[in-house]
Amino acid sequence: MATQEFAAHGTHAHAAPQGFIRKWIFSLDHKVIGMQYTLLGIVAVFVGMFLSLLMRLHLVWPSAVLPFLGEIKPETYLSLVTMHGTIMVFFVLTTAPQAGFGNYALPIQIGAPDMAFPVLNMLSFWITFLAFLSAVGAFFVTGGAPLHGWTGYPPLSVLQSSGPGEAAGADLWGISIALFCVGALLGALNFITTTLDMRARGMSLMRMPLTCWAWLLTAILGLLAFGVLLAACILFLLDRNIGTSFFVPLGTINGVVTAHKGGSPLLWQHLFWFFGHPEVYIAILPSMGIISQILSVFSRKPVFSYKGIVYSMLTIVGLSFTVWGHHMFVSGMSPYSGYAFSITTMAITVPSAVLTFCWLATLWRGKIRFTTPALFGIGFVSLFVSGGVSGPFLAQPALDIPLHDTYFVTGHFHLIMGVASMFGILGGLYYWFPKMIGRMMSESLGKMHFWITFVGAYAIFIPMHYLGLSGHPRRYSSLTEVGYLHDLIPVQRFITIAAFITIAGQLLFVVNLCWSLFKGKKASDNPWEATTIEWTTATPPPHDNFGGLTPVVTNGPYEYGVPGAARDYVMQTDPAVATATGD
Amino acid sequence: MASLASTAAVTGSGISVGNGITDLHGRQDYATRLRRARLGLFVAVTPILMLFISFTSAYIVRQGLPTFDPGTNSLTRDWIPVHLPSILLVNTCVLLLSSLGVELARRQIKKETALVFAAPSPAAPSVAGKGLPWLSMTLLLGLLFLFGQWTAWRQLAASGFYVATTPSSSFIYLLTGTHAIHLIGGVIALFVAAMASVLHRAVTTRSIMVDITAWYWHFMAVLWVYILCLLEFAS
Repeated sequence: MATQEFAAHGTHAHAAPQGFIRKWIFSLDHKVIGMQYTLLGIVAVFVGMFLSLLMRLHLVWPSAVLPFLGEIKPETYLSLVTMHGTIMVFFVLTTAPQAGFGNYALPIQIGAPDMAFPVLNMLSFWITFLAFLSAVGAFFVTGGAPLHGWTGYPPLSVLQSSGPGEAAGADLWGISIALFCVGALLGALNFITTTLDMRARGMSLMRMPLTCWAWLLTAILGLLAFGVLLAACILFLLDRNIGTSFFVPLGTINGVVTAHKGGSPLLWQHLFWFFGHPEVYIAILPSMGIISQILSVFSRKPVFSYKGIVYSMLTIVGLSFTVWGHHMFVSGMSPYSGYAFSITTMAITVPSAVLTFCWLATLWRGKIRFTTPALFGIGFVSLFVSGGVSGPFLAQPALDIPLHDTYFVTGHFHLIMGVASMFGILGGLYYWFPKMIGRMMSESLGKMHFWITFVGAYAIFIPMHYLGLSGHPRRYSSLTEVGYLHDLIPVQRFITIAAFITIAGQLLFVVNLCWSLFKGKKASDNPWEATTIEWTTATPPPHDNFGGLTPVVTNGPYEYGVPGAARDYVMQTDPAVATATGD
Repeated sequence: MASLASTAAVTGSGISVGNGITDLHGRQDYATRLRRARLGLFVAVTPILMLFISFTSAYIVRQGLPTFDPGTNSLTRDWIPVHLPSILLVNTCVLLLSSLGVELARRQIKKETALVFAAPSPAAPSVAGKGLPWLSMTLLLGLLFLFGQWTAWRQLAASGFYVATTPSSSFIYLLTGTHAIHLIGGVIALFVAAMASVLHRAVTTRSIMVDITAWYWHFMAVLWVYILCLLEFAS
């Protein structure tokens, strides 16, 4: 490998820990914290998938008696809906791609020895872990988990007598979300400070890998959005436990007049969705960064229009705070407001389309290496387009109002926010696993995993669009008594079978993960022949990432096929070749 | 792994604790740490601002909402303005005074740091610990402010306004309580900074701690003035 530029840096902020507890449990090392977050995301995704399996079973077989669980009652179904959404949105889609991969790779990719505030970093993980325990704990308290959906709409969510899961379970849910906000804010603080202040010499903002841009922008989104959700959660918990009336109007529950009056459920909706729509981008922006990286590496071409991707992501971040009202078209909002929110929502399709074209152009005429991460990267683009095209439908009030409470929305957001983001996460995991662990994952198992998941995702979520267009409402636990829905039961059965096969396919991933941890082929320092800085250091990296040295960056992050270079790629720290972006 | 063209390793910050020995690297190291800490603080106050902006929007929206009155079978306003306890004005003065105190402490420690960098000789005049009285004063005033807030809440309760009595009283407790929780964080930071002085920690470390705490404290003071104005004038 060619000589690369490094300079010495000062002492690392903290010494390498020796004991197991300090090294692997209460670690200050960003790499360990990143892996802890990733592991939390993996555990959470399997919990979330198990809940979705129970939901799918109940939908097509409502009177089934399950081993250990018995019959799923309608209220239990709603609890499953709530906790599936909560766990997947917060503890998987928000946690794994940002806090997991970001923590692991961001400092190394910018040439820093660690995050800016390692203690806060450790705290943010453990607070997030506590939040996860609090959420899962809701299943085990009297009354069980809450029924109010992951969006927690009042008055249902605030009144303790409104359902069996709305007592202690709903409190634990609210505490979980509040704790999650605190953890996410501490994480965002670290990401922003680290990126802005700890880049290696030569690593200008426009030389950062697109992953770093995505993590930075996601952190900014989180910084602005989670504070609002935290405020909403505080009001939520006060309404529930102190008797205030921020969100609850006068009304009766089960024939009894409540002690609340004057509050506004819409106030919650505004606060929640002011967070909630940026949350969609908090979930998917890191995956956009990851797959931009992966597509360039495996097509052996510079990413198409680096600046175009950066500015598109910036535009998305800006617009994401102006569109929350499109989640509330059915709330009776003024048509003028609806029109404004509709326009801003439609406007997001422009940067999204630019991104898609950049990814496709990156692949175009590339010497594509169809590795597992590359397949997941290409799969992401496919799902992003398929899930995205239904967005402009829902952006129009006239179409959203009939479709809003149907499976059309379920299919839309699962494809674009759920599965597309998951493909980014899986692509990232297959991509960085060799660097994290020092061993390669099995390519054959990985490819089988990809095809089952890819075909399965379409088989599950495309039919949901048709269910929605046929007027099939979402959230209902049992529909066998409704005449016009009876004809749609075969579609529901098909979706359930597809879900079973797809989830079973994830066992291939677990087998691959466990097998590769111990038996995988030893990975070299740069097994993918990538150019960014994490691939210049040892595999796995030392405690301070670069063995007491700091990289000096001389090139852009995606220098492939450079004329005159000895290989088809030039490392960011390689001074031997002057490139277009390495001024 | 690639062969690395490394330069000689530089170890440590170049500043020994409290005895004035310094070098260029130490000054750069201090500047870097200070810049990073200030940036971190700037980022950290953003979500606090978002929290209070959210409360403010809720406050304004809730004021204008009618509620159904089953007695008269009509929509009525249930927003009953609450007369703020006058002790809040005294508390405001206390907090502003404490902000002045922490600023003096910050300037004192800056001078101390500058002297250490400028005069590395052990014979240089010592100014170590001169900021401690200002820090202690700020700490005491901070505690006094919190006690004053507690007194205000007791006065409100004594006049029949609890957290859930009316929407306006809910917001008074919410805004003042959330501010107090954040201020307690500042008090803890002041205590840690004062202890660092007592324990003669490195001047650069103390300087950064005091600097960050001071800016946070100023932010808390400005935030309090904003909350008071909101409660007093936006009803």
